[in-house]
Amino acid sequence: MTQVPEQDFSTALELLYRNENRRVLATLIRLIGDIDQAEEALHDAFQTALEQWPQQGVPDNPCAWLISVGRFKAIDKFRRDKRFDALEEIPEQHGAATVNFDDEHDDNLQDDQLRLIFTCCHPSLSAEAQIALTLREICALTTEEIARAFLIAPKTAAQRIVRAKAKIREARIPYEVPAPGQLAERLNTVLQVIYLVFNEGYSASSGTALTRHDLSTEAIRLGRLLLELLPAQAEIQGLLALMLLQDSRREARTTAEGDLILLAKQDRTLWNRDQINKGVVLVKRALGLPGFGVYTLQAAIAAVHVEAASAEMTDWREIIGLYNILLRIYPSPVIELNRAVAIAMRDGPAIGLELIEALISRGQLTDYHFMYATKADFHRRLGQRNEAIEAYQHALQLTQQEPERRFLQKRLTELQNQ
Amino acid sequence: MKYLCLVYSVESLLDAIPDSDCLNYDKQIRKSGHCLASEALQPVHTATTVRVRDGKVSITDGPFAETKEQLAGFYLIEAQHLDEAIQLAAKIPPAQVGSIEIRPIRPIREMAEKIIGNLSENGRSKK
Repeated sequence: MTQVPEQDFSTALELLYRNENRRVLATLIRLIGDIDQAEEALHDAFQTALEQWPQQGVPDNPCAWLISVGRFKAIDKFRRDKRFDALEEIPEQHGAATVNFDDEHDDNLQDDQLRLIFTCCHPSLSAEAQIALTLREICALTTEEIARAFLIAPKTAAQRIVRAKAKIREARIPYEVPAPGQLAERLNTVLQVIYLVFNEGYSASSGTALTRHDLSTEAIRLGRLLLELLPAQAEIQGLLALMLLQDSRREARTTAEGDLILLAKQDRTLWNRDQINKGVVLVKRALGLPGFGVYTLQAAIAAVHVEAASAEMTDWREIIGLYNILLRIYPSPVIELNRAVAIAMRDGPAIGLELIEALISRGQLTDYHFMYATKADFHRRLGQRNEAIEAYQHALQLTQQEPERRFLQKRLTELQNQ
Repeated sequence: MKYLCLVYSVESLLDAIPDSDCLNYDKQIRKSGHCLASEALQPVHTATTVRVRDGKVSITDGPFAETKEQLAGFYLIEAQHLDEAIQLAAKIPPAQVGSIEIRPIRPIREMAEKIIGNLSENGRSKK
């Protein structure tokens, strides 16, 4: 036991709570076998620390202490409740009376964090539930924060979390890291959840920008955690790189009024160089690993963009080449559209327009505002005023995002006044 | 832990799955000890729906809902957890043309028995 002066004590405990409470929770869930009971146990353990540590000193291994106390609190509570609530099942883990935490390998404790991540992102849960549960259990956001970030009622957010936990319990979703044969597929779901959270923050409209920006930060934090836990997976590095590179442009992509600034017009000195450097290192490393995929390739494209000194100096050939690889492993109309934009940058808007017309004739992306906005831009650059106006109007009908709407409206008005 | 795997499919598509495939899997899953019961059902045109409202029994032809996918059979399985249940369900041959709904069994009987057990235990300890 280490003696700590009283005044330093609460800061130390606060720091410990901030840094370690999710790790302690992840292990408690395994030992107790239920998320809700583990959350209560976590709370009880920190409460006990608050009461005991000032007199008895901080234990040598605070996390192990918290886990142990939390577990005993859960068993106590369980024994007391049993008399009143006969319906409660006895989790098997309650059988063993003592656990020696020195015997618990660090690997196992690290695996607990992975277990929690893979459980929250279990494919049998809806995407909405996966996101809400991940933000609640792994990022420790409150239900109110989640509701605000996703522009939903707190009751809706709470319901999603409660239902997801009930499904985990009642359908018995295992608290396990997937077997190696299934890891890639399951990891993909986790990466999807993280990227959805990131995009929710990244494409936030200005009105609530502050709270929603935090989602991008949380997503990047999740990416870092996952990389720490699974350091050899290419796509984790790719996704983290992609998020860092996109986020590096955050300051430059809107005006003070919240209006959108296109990549070509952005003030590149506002780009976050630190994030860019980290992102580029990660992309290069990911490209050298087996199993890189869509996130790594998108990050590589983002890296080519941010490494250009100006929009004119962008290496479009390189970008088009990367899009070609991307389309081969992941055929998608959205990627075709982005490739069309890159090709138009190299070969002119007429070629880009042909590619877009081909998408439309196949009936693809016809409800995607960005496709009509791109079509409008190509017409505009070709001097085809009426076609451009029509396409801008079409794009406006398809988007709800305020900054996008203002941007499109501005372009439309310019053309109509010509 | 018990799960009921409900096999749904558009009936015409089921013809693509040979009965021998279904029988083979049935034999295999029974042998592994995971299967507690399993049956295939006659087509939905043989179905009758019964409802009781205000004590009155009403009988109608066919299934309750006009859905495209119909219940074609079921497996009652024993699995350690949902992941194992998913693995077992994915191998049911009609999964290739239809879908399998996995529903955990609510242990209603076990719970009732436990309540009764606890009540008599508490009764004894009070005396």
